[in-house]
Amino acid sequence: MLLNFVRDGVAAMFRGGRSYWLWLGFLSLLVLAGVVAYGIQLNQGLISTGMSDQVTWGFYISNFAFLVGIAAAAVLLVIPAYVFHRKDIKSVVLIGEGLALAAVLSAMLFVIVDLGRPDRMLHLLPFIGRMNWPQSMLAWDVVVLSGYLLLNLGIPFYVHYCHYQQREPNVKAYFPFVILAIFWAISIHTVTAFLFSANTARPFWHVALLGPRFIATAFVSGPALIILVLQVLDRVTRYPVPRSVIQTLALIMTVSLQVSLFFVGVELFTDFYNETAHAASIRYLYFGLDGLASLAPWMWTALLMNLVAVTILTINPLRSQLRFLNIACVLAFVGIWIEKGMGFVVPGFIPTPLGEVFEYSPTAVEVTVSAGIWAFGALVFTLLAKSSIAIDLGDVRASEAADTTLTELRPS
Amino acid sequence: MTKIRNEAIDQGRRRFLGAAAGAGAAVAGTAAGPAWGGSTLMDTMGSFFQDHYKRMSDEEIADAIGRIERRAKRRYGVDIICKDTPPQDDVVFGYALNISKCKGYRDCVSACVRENNLDRDSQMEYIRVLQMEEGTRNLEHSEHYYDPDTVPVEGKYYLPVQCMQCDDPPCVSACPVEATWMEPDGIVVVDYDWCIGCRYCMTACPYQARHFNWREPQIPAEEINPDTNYLGNRPRSKGVVEKCHFCTQRTREGRQPACQEACPTGARIFGNLLDPESEIRYVLEHKAVFRLKEELGTEPKFWYYTD
Repeated sequence: MLLNFVRDGVAAMFRGGRSYWLWLGFLSLLVLAGVVAYGIQLNQGLISTGMSDQVTWGFYISNFAFLVGIAAAAVLLVIPAYVFHRKDIKSVVLIGEGLALAAVLSAMLFVIVDLGRPDRMLHLLPFIGRMNWPQSMLAWDVVVLSGYLLLNLGIPFYVHYCHYQQREPNVKAYFPFVILAIFWAISIHTVTAFLFSANTARPFWHVALLGPRFIATAFVSGPALIILVLQVLDRVTRYPVPRSVIQTLALIMTVSLQVSLFFVGVELFTDFYNETAHAASIRYLYFGLDGLASLAPWMWTALLMNLVAVTILTINPLRSQLRFLNIACVLAFVGIWIEKGMGFVVPGFIPTPLGEVFEYSPTAVEVTVSAGIWAFGALVFTLLAKSSIAIDLGDVRASEAADTTLTELRPS
Repeated sequence: MTKIRNEAIDQGRRRFLGAAAGAGAAVAGTAAGPAWGGSTLMDTMGSFFQDHYKRMSDEEIADAIGRIERRAKRRYGVDIICKDTPPQDDVVFGYALNISKCKGYRDCVSACVRENNLDRDSQMEYIRVLQMEEGTRNLEHSEHYYDPDTVPVEGKYYLPVQCMQCDDPPCVSACPVEATWMEPDGIVVVDYDWCIGCRYCMTACPYQARHFNWREPQIPAEEINPDTNYLGNRPRSKGVVEKCHFCTQRTREGRQPACQEACPTGARIFGNLLDPESEIRYVLEHKAVFRLKEELGTEPKFWYYTD
C-alpha cells in the first residue's frame, strides 16, 4: 500500500501538459548550469567566488539567510489552519508545507556550496563526525534545519497518505507534531539570526534586534511568495484557492512589513544619532566608506521598494485589488531579498575588525550556482505541489483494482 | 592570571614521532600503489576516513603523518618531516610587543611566511602590521598596505596584529565540528584534516587572524620549510582555514617563534606565562600593557606596551 502510494505520487509528478513540461525543462536547464558552475568552483576552489579573507561570506550565505525565512513562514498557514481551525486555510496548508520543504532544502544547499571541503560534510553529523554542540551556533543550525526538514517531510507525507486512502487523517496522531513544527519554524529563523548576532567581532550583527527583525522580514517575504504561488496554482490547476486565504496572508504581510520598516528606522536612529565606531558598517551600507559604496544603490532600491509596498498594503482599497497586491508582493519579496541577503550579510564584514574596507561582489560562478539552487527549489516545489494537488483532488487514490492486480500477480 | 583549560586532552596520545618514524613512513610511501587523482588510492581513502586528531590512536596518527609526508613529496618534491610534538608541561605561552620599538619593517611578516609554509600566491600573511596615526588607536584609520621600504614615517606608529591566542577564543566556540581548539599550552590550533571550510571561525574572530585557502596553496619547492609540525606548519590543502600557532614546531621544542627571531628592533617578547622568572612576566608586571579589543572578553594572551 505504502509502495503504491509512493509510486502513484511520483507518477503524478510527471503527468502534465506541454507548458508543465516546458517549465520543468526550463528549471532543469538552470539546475544543470548550476551544477556545471559548481564543478568549476570545486575544481578551482572558492577562489572562483568573489569572497576573500576580508569578506568571508557572500552571496551564498545571503541567500541562505533569506531562504530560511521563507521556510519558517509556512507557519503562517499552519497556525491558522490547525490552531484556529480556519477551513479555507487548511485547504492550502499542504502547499505551504511543500514550499517550506523546498526552501529548507535550498537553504541547506546554499550552505553546502559555501563549504571549502564539502567532502568532509559528514564531520557535521553527530557520532560519525564531531559536532560542536551546544557551543557552535552553526551546529545548532544544522540540528534545527534537519529537524524542520524531517517535520515537513513527515507531516505532509502522513496527511497525503490518508487522503490517498480516502480517509480522514487522525488528528490526534499528528497534531503534536504540528505544534512542534510551529515552534520549530520560529526556532529555525531565530537560530539563524543568532548565528550572526553571536559574533561580538561584528557590531553590525551583534544587536538584540536581529532575531525580531529576521522573523518580521520572514513574515513579509514568505506570505508574498505564498500569495503569488497560490494565484499561479489557482490559474494553472483545478485547485481552488479561496480568496479569503489571500486576504489573510496579505494582512499578515502588511503588519509585518510595517513592523520591519519600523525596525529599520529604530536601527538607523540608534546608529546615526550619536555615531560610534560600531556604526561603520551601516554607514558603509547606506552611504559608503572611503569612497567605496557598491552596496548603497542596492540598499536604497530595497528601501524604496519596501516603502512602495507598505504604502500599497496599508491602503485597504489598494490591497484588496489583486493587481496592486501582486505588485506589492513582488516589490516586498525583492526588497527583503536585498535587505536581508547581501544588504545584511556583506556589511557585517565591512570594514573588517581591523578597519580595512574591502568590497565584495559575487562572480558569475556564484550567481550561476545560486540560480541553480533556486531552480532546484522551484523544481522540488513544483513536483511536490503537482502530486499533492493530484492526491487532494482525488485524481490519485488507492484503488481496489491496483491492490487486486498486486494480489493477482503474487501467485504467478 | 591565565586559565589553563586542560580539557579532555589525553596526554598519553601525544608523542614524539620524530624523524625516524616519519622517514620510515616515507619509504613505505614510495612503494605504495598506483597514482590516483594526484595521490594513491590508499592515501585518498585514508584521508577520507581519517578521524579527528583527538580521537586517533598512535598508529592512526603515524599513518596520517605518513600521508602528510608523502603528499608533500608528490606536490612539492620535497622530503618534509612532520612531527607531532606534544605541549610541554607547566607552559602557557604569551606574547608582548613593544610598540615604541616597532618600526614597521615587516621582517616578522616575511619570516613567518617562510617558516610556516604560507601560500605565496594569495600573499597570505598571519601577521598584519598596521600603520597607525599618532594620537589615535582607531583601527579604521590604519593603513594596511603601506610601503615597508620607507618606514618609519613621521607621525605614524606601527601595530603588528596576529592571532592573540585568546584564552576564551570565539573562533573555537564557533567551529561546528571542533576542528579548532586551545591546547594545554594556550595555543589555538587547527586540525587541517578535519576543517570543513565553513569559515564561521573567521566570522567570529575579532582580530582578522584566520585565513582561508581559497585555492591550492602554491610554494616554490626550494622555499618549503621541511621542519613541520602536525598542529602547526605542515602543508595545507585548499578549502581549509589556518592561522598563527605561535610556531608550535619551534616553541614546543624550546625555541623562539620565527617572528620574534626576525624582529630587528627587539620589539617582541615571547615566553612562558607560568614561569615567574620569564621576561614576559617581567614585562607584564613592570610595564603599562594593553590588549586589543579587551572589552570583547576574549582574554588575549598577546599584550602591547610602550617604553
